[in-house]
Amino acid sequence: MTLELTPVLSRTWDQDRSWTRKVYERHDGYAGLKEALKKSPDQVTQLVKDSELRGRGGAGFPTGMKWGFIPQGGDKPVYLVVNADESEPGTCKDIPLMMANPHELVEGAVIASYAIRAAHAFIYVRGEVVHVLRRLQAAVAEAYSAGYLGKDILGSGYDLELTVHAGAGAYICGEETALLDSLEGRRGQPRLRPPFPAVAGLYASPTVINNVESIASVPSILRNGVDWFTAQGTDNDNPKLRSKGFTLYSLSGHVARPGQYEAPMGITLRELLDLTGGVREGHELKFWTPGGSSTPILTAEHLDVPLSYEGIASAGSMLGTKALQVFDETTCVVRAVLRWTEFYAHESCGKCTPCRDGTFWLVQILRRLEHGKAYEEALEKLLDISDNILGRSFCALGDGATSPITSSLEYFRDEYVDHFRQGGCPFDPAASTLFAMPTGARSR
Amino acid sequence: MTELSSTPTAFAPEVRERLVAGAAEIIARYPRSRSALLSMLHLVQAEEGYVSPHGIELCAELLDITAAEVASVATFYTMYKRRPNGEYSVGVCTNTLCAVMGGDQIFAALKEHLGIGHDETTEDGKVTLEHLECNAACDYAPVLMVNWEFFDNQTPESATQLVDDLRAGEQPAPTRGASLCTFKQVSRVLAGFPDGRADEGPSAGPATLAGLMIHREQTSAGKRRRSDETTSRSSSGSGGSGTGYGAQGGPSESDSVSTAESDDANPTPPATEKDGEA
Repeated sequence: MTLELTPVLSRTWDQDRSWTRKVYERHDGYAGLKEALKKSPDQVTQLVKDSELRGRGGAGFPTGMKWGFIPQGGDKPVYLVVNADESEPGTCKDIPLMMANPHELVEGAVIASYAIRAAHAFIYVRGEVVHVLRRLQAAVAEAYSAGYLGKDILGSGYDLELTVHAGAGAYICGEETALLDSLEGRRGQPRLRPPFPAVAGLYASPTVINNVESIASVPSILRNGVDWFTAQGTDNDNPKLRSKGFTLYSLSGHVARPGQYEAPMGITLRELLDLTGGVREGHELKFWTPGGSSTPILTAEHLDVPLSYEGIASAGSMLGTKALQVFDETTCVVRAVLRWTEFYAHESCGKCTPCRDGTFWLVQILRRLEHGKAYEEALEKLLDISDNILGRSFCALGDGATSPITSSLEYFRDEYVDHFRQGGCPFDPAASTLFAMPTGARSR
Repeated sequence: MTELSSTPTAFAPEVRERLVAGAAEIIARYPRSRSALLSMLHLVQAEEGYVSPHGIELCAELLDITAAEVASVATFYTMYKRRPNGEYSVGVCTNTLCAVMGGDQIFAALKEHLGIGHDETTEDGKVTLEHLECNAACDYAPVLMVNWEFFDNQTPESATQLVDDLRAGEQPAPTRGASLCTFKQVSRVLAGFPDGRADEGPSAGPATLAGLMIHREQTSAGKRRRSDETTSRSSSGSGGSGTGYGAQGGPSESDSVSTAESDDANPTPPATEKDGEA
């Protein structure tokens, strides 16, 4: 059976001037906000809880539950912060979403702020995408002038300020507590938890931090109802073992048709490749990531694993950001892992020793391995260092750094061995490029 | 930031006035003033082309924190430059996916062609070359950024031509984005001062729309099946296969509304309040 795609967030992206308020309104834009304002804030939170929407930014935490953790009735202000610092290698869904239709995010942010009773919300967008920033700035200005933001929103008596904040280049700021420090004008370094942001977040006040896609999914739930949302996705009697709704899968790498594919939770990579023309012509799948570089790599044996939170977890990885990076047989796994490891070493904030020093030494060893200048003991050293980082770092960056290493050694140990047996890399890097000959004729 | 040890040169009075006024606007956006620091550093770069020692001093003065605190922030983030930047920052993604898809070859070609390395600037002050970490455009790999605008699906040849054009004073158009601005102009947008260019450029590139295009084909194929029962199933979901690298189609069906009743994925009835024209 052919996979049926379900464009919800992406439904307007091919429309002329899709980023403007008028076009969004013609496609039910801000209808979800009007529905939300008919309900009490607690009812909106309950509705999002009932929808079983889980975080689309990597961790998969239930969104409504996060909102419900905010202590209400205290004397401190409550804040919503949208994490638009999309930087996880392979992840490329929030940036095109905000470029094509920033209003869906703005509408979601107003609904979420209303639900948690926030009077000020922030969108923290990475700085390295200036046109996305322009579209966000324009959308927020339009929303103010249309009465969707500011004082007495749509006559409801609810007031909200929304500030768009540009980052300045630091992967770690995608980590929610590092993002808060950055938003407070400091170096982006993660905080000790507890206290969790729901209790002491921005300016030590109760704060909800949600990913762009999570927040942008909320208006559709208000428009179409909980039953519509929960009818999509995977089923299980145990709510923790099911994934509801639709999501953006981002396909990249050695595939015939890379891009954004919105589908129900739980489709498989095989279904998606079948629909989109498969791996690039004349080549075969070697390894892939289910959700960015911090999620352990998988291989062709996992093509039929459902791309759901529980499905990918059962295969020993994580759904993460659903960034499906596909690599074919021309790719050297040692080179790929080295590059990711160099990334983690570069982006380690330096706060904790296991991550700061551990990622440095991982890079040294992998560089020697790539050039065939290490021996089998080096592989044990890689695993030993990884074991000393995983679970012992201040935040998930350190954990993520170990994922490519341990998973690649599980599936491709022989390829590491080949490097030092042959005294160098057996692969031709030209063969894996976009501009290589279509048939990829590679000499070994 | 070894420059910190030297005595800062004062800003020209009119520059200082502009910066102070801009900083006041930025500070007003936040409940607490220090949150303005990142944007203020972008604003300093909009004037100076880098975070200068006297820019750091001014931020410290306006936020009532120490210059050391400002410097610690300015040196943490990669977008803040410690030396005067070229008119155009040219960044090549060399994170794993882009590197494998050709980013490594592109970066090597540019280094050789320009005769400079990472974070170095050509003698004419036009181009600063950098290698970048993932810039969230993996479905357009390999990707190159010029002043934080997207140049998708690059090759060593296209990238070399691009920097030649930039140095010759031409304005090559980004694949997805507004017409190119200088590094200083873009820094002002990053500081939160819109430049009125949001409406330039497309909504999306072909990869962004790949799923939507297949859905449109599926939907119209489904309609044909329903309207003509005698037709055998032949055209379901054949989009894109066998076409090599991506169907390069932009927005083709202009404003073809397929939400509401025509779209199973979006069953919402039309909103009550609508604008009559586009």
